[in-house]
Amino acid sequence: MLDQDAALPLRADLEEHLRSCEHCEITLNTTRKTIQIYRSHELYELPDDLRERLHQAILSKCRKC
Amino acid sequence: MAAFEKLVRQYDRQVFRIANHIVQNREDAEDVVQDAFLKAYEKLDQFQGNSKFYTWLVRIAVNEALMRLRKRRTGKMVSIDEDVETEEGSMPRDLADWSPDPEALYGQSEMGDILRKTIQGLPPGFRVVFVLRDVDGLSTEETAETLGLSIPAVKSRLLRARLQLRERLSRYFKRREPKQAQGGVK
Repeated sequence: MLDQDAALPLRADLEEHLRSCEHCEITLNTTRKTIQIYRSHELYELPDDLRERLHQAILSKCRKC
Repeated sequence: MAAFEKLVRQYDRQVFRIANHIVQNREDAEDVVQDAFLKAYEKLDQFQGNSKFYTWLVRIAVNEALMRLRKRRTGKMVSIDEDVETEEGSMPRDLADWSPDPEALYGQSEMGDILRKTIQGLPPGFRVVFVLRDVDGLSTEETAETLGLSIPAVKSRLLRARLQLRERLSRYFKRREPKQAQGGVK
C-alpha cells in the first residue's frame, strides 16, 4: 500500500480490511507519516563553507591522480 | 575535470548524507565523501553506464564508509548485515494514533535531534536501506544493486526499518489528550 505496489485485487482487499480495522489503519497511517517526516527533514546538512572546502579537497586530489 | 566537478556538485549532499548515516561521525563522513569521489574519479573508465551513475557512486561511498567504520573498530569486521536478525518492530506494539500534526509538537532543532536519535538506533543494515529507498528515492532494484542485496532482502529490511522507526517515534508523536480544565480559577 505504501509503495503503490499492490496489484488491484489485493489492493481492493486491503482497502476493505482497512475500513474495519482501526489497528491496521493506524499502523498504515503512522508508517506513512514516518516516511514523510524523514523525507522532509534533512538530518545531515552540508553547510556551504564545508561544501566548498570538500570540493576543493576533492578536485585537488583528483588533479594529482 | 569540469564535467566531474559538475557531478561532485550534483551528488555531494546525498553522498554526505549516506556517509553520515553509516559512520555517524562528522569527521569520518567528510573523509568518506572525499575518498568516495576520488575513487569514483579514478575508476571513471570502469563505469560502463549499465546502471545510474548515482547508484554506482553510492556503492563506492557505502564501501568507503564501512571500511572507515572498520578502521575505527580496529580491525573488527563491519557489515551492513549486523543485527538484522532482530525481531524488534516485526509486530507493531504501540497502537496509539499520532497527533494530527506531529511536527508542530517540537521545534525544528528538537525534531532533528529526535529523528536523528531514532534512526541511529536502527541496525546499520536497516538504516541504509531506509535512507536509500525512502529518503533518497532509489528503487528497490537500485537499492539492491547498490548494497549487493537480493530484492527480497531489500523489501524485508525496508519493512522492518519502517516499522521500527514508527514504533520508536510513537512515544514522541502520540496523540495527546487535552489537559482537563483546572477548577476554581483564582
